[in-house]
Amino acid sequence: MQQERLNPAFYALLATLIFMSVGPIALMLINSFKLDVDIISGTSGLLFLPTIRNYETALCDILWYTPEHMDYCALKFGGAMINSLIIALISTALTLVIGCMAAYALVRFRFMGRDSASLTTLMVRMVPPAVLLVPVFGLWNNDFCISKQSWLGEIIRESFGGRGDVCLAGTHSGIILIYVAMNLPFVIWILQSFIVQVPRSLEEAAKVDGAGPFQVFFKIVLPLIKPGLAAAAIFTFRIAWNEYLLASALSDRDTKTVPILIVNNMSEFNVEWGVIMATGMLLAIPPIIFTLLASRQIIAGMTAGAVKG
Amino acid sequence: MNGQLANRFTPYIFMAPAVLIMGIALLYPLGYMVYGSFREWNPSQNISETEFVGLKNYITLFFDAAFRESLAVTLIFAVTVVAAELFIGVGLALLLDRNIRGMSLLRTLFILPMMIAPVVVGLMWRYMYHPTVGTINRTLKSMGFEGVDWLGQHALASVIVADIWQWTPFIFILALAALQSLPRSALEAARIDGATAWQQIFYIKLPLMMPVLIVTALLRLIDAFKVLEVILVMTQGGPGLSTEILALRISRTATEFRELGVAAAMSNYLLILLLLLTLGMFVITRLQEKRAARLAKMVQEES
Repeated sequence: MQQERLNPAFYALLATLIFMSVGPIALMLINSFKLDVDIISGTSGLLFLPTIRNYETALCDILWYTPEHMDYCALKFGGAMINSLIIALISTALTLVIGCMAAYALVRFRFMGRDSASLTTLMVRMVPPAVLLVPVFGLWNNDFCISKQSWLGEIIRESFGGRGDVCLAGTHSGIILIYVAMNLPFVIWILQSFIVQVPRSLEEAAKVDGAGPFQVFFKIVLPLIKPGLAAAAIFTFRIAWNEYLLASALSDRDTKTVPILIVNNMSEFNVEWGVIMATGMLLAIPPIIFTLLASRQIIAGMTAGAVKG
Repeated sequence: MNGQLANRFTPYIFMAPAVLIMGIALLYPLGYMVYGSFREWNPSQNISETEFVGLKNYITLFFDAAFRESLAVTLIFAVTVVAAELFIGVGLALLLDRNIRGMSLLRTLFILPMMIAPVVVGLMWRYMYHPTVGTINRTLKSMGFEGVDWLGQHALASVIVADIWQWTPFIFILALAALQSLPRSALEAARIDGATAWQQIFYIKLPLMMPVLIVTALLRLIDAFKVLEVILVMTQGGPGLSTEILALRISRTATEFRELGVAAAMSNYLLILLLLLTLGMFVITRLQEKRAARLAKMVQEES
């Protein structure tokens, strides 16, 4: 098809759309480089002296120097950022490995319980985090614990200190566990539609050449579904990185993630807009980078997820 | 012999980790929640120490005006948001379904809003809606209008606008994908027969896109019931209960009012609602598959 000729109104519409979708993000970016005085006085949008002071305030606990404008580092944002990274990266890796194994089994094998497994995956996909809040809070705090009298519990208490039984709540692994479980149904669903497209003949050929099921999976199937894996990885990372509710219920002082800090700072009466915008920007940057790098895979994953119901 | 045995167990080995994790951290908690919803339960108690109260939590909720209001807010929010997003998203897809250079860049920019954290989206909009500092009111004032108290008097509408901003691109992209995979022959035939642009849209494009659109709408609807962070950051459910959606109410009942049993019962109501929606989606996709199979068979027999 040849390039159609378009009238100016069409370009005006395009420009409006781009402005509307990117505008708020750009606004936040600009404001994160402004001093609070400039934000509040609102002297014309772009004429200001950009400063990285907000970012310095936000990241003060992991900077190697002390910013000169502050004497006490109140916001432990750097630490939260590290927590977020640990939790998001580990849970994404685990979800992907476990999820694509399960998806492969569901697509390629006929076995007892396959249909019910597949149906369950489909159904639990709709469970909202808010519904998990109550049971997860209860279980992680009371039931998923190792008694401090037991052998393992004693070792952990002696090496890490603390009181009471050793529980999942308040640890990185507790948050990671619920994120992996929450993301698995979605990852399995998306990857199924990618694995179906792998030609069976390739797998058969490898089997004839003497490869076992695990070799076939790791050496033939995995390399072929890389785009699907990329899409799934980005979606999982996005949820684990952005999630607030469950993390806020399960984390303690040392395992707070970035969204929790932002929400806590927002609910205070006197909002420091500049710092808040800087923290928001820091939280938004990783997903933005992924989107710019891999938008093709994201869109492919989105369409696969919705169309292959 | 050994190999055959290994083969028979392979699928189970592949499934085991996923089943284990989903069992421990999804299905068991859900069962635990159903069990807990029949009990008088506060956060300091272990569940074995709680007292069985039958359906009391469900009945209390059913007659609780605050819960009903929050349910109504949730439904209004979800339905309005999905309807508006469908309308705008599909409309834009129909408009932009042309060969233009830079379409992939455009799509990349459009999906940015839904990739960034809901917390950040809430933060951005809270700033823009701010009565004195905010961008929107400042623009209004510079044009000589009165400022509007967005998050005060029009809280629900403002929250809805923010969600539309974030999620319309989702529908737009799926609708565009559906539009571009339509059979060219049908469109060609319509054009040759002299169908106008509107006729093509209403008699050819929309009906052919319908299967994808229904699934997309249901997916969005299910997601709309999960929204929490955006509203939490923007209004904290207020003023009053005007933006307190169910997810938010559940979390407040659990953490502020410390009534885990009631919160569990509330979660169950929400879950049942979503279950019905999912079942609906399931039935619809099954019906569509059957119809597609029947059509394919008819075509085959004719040729």
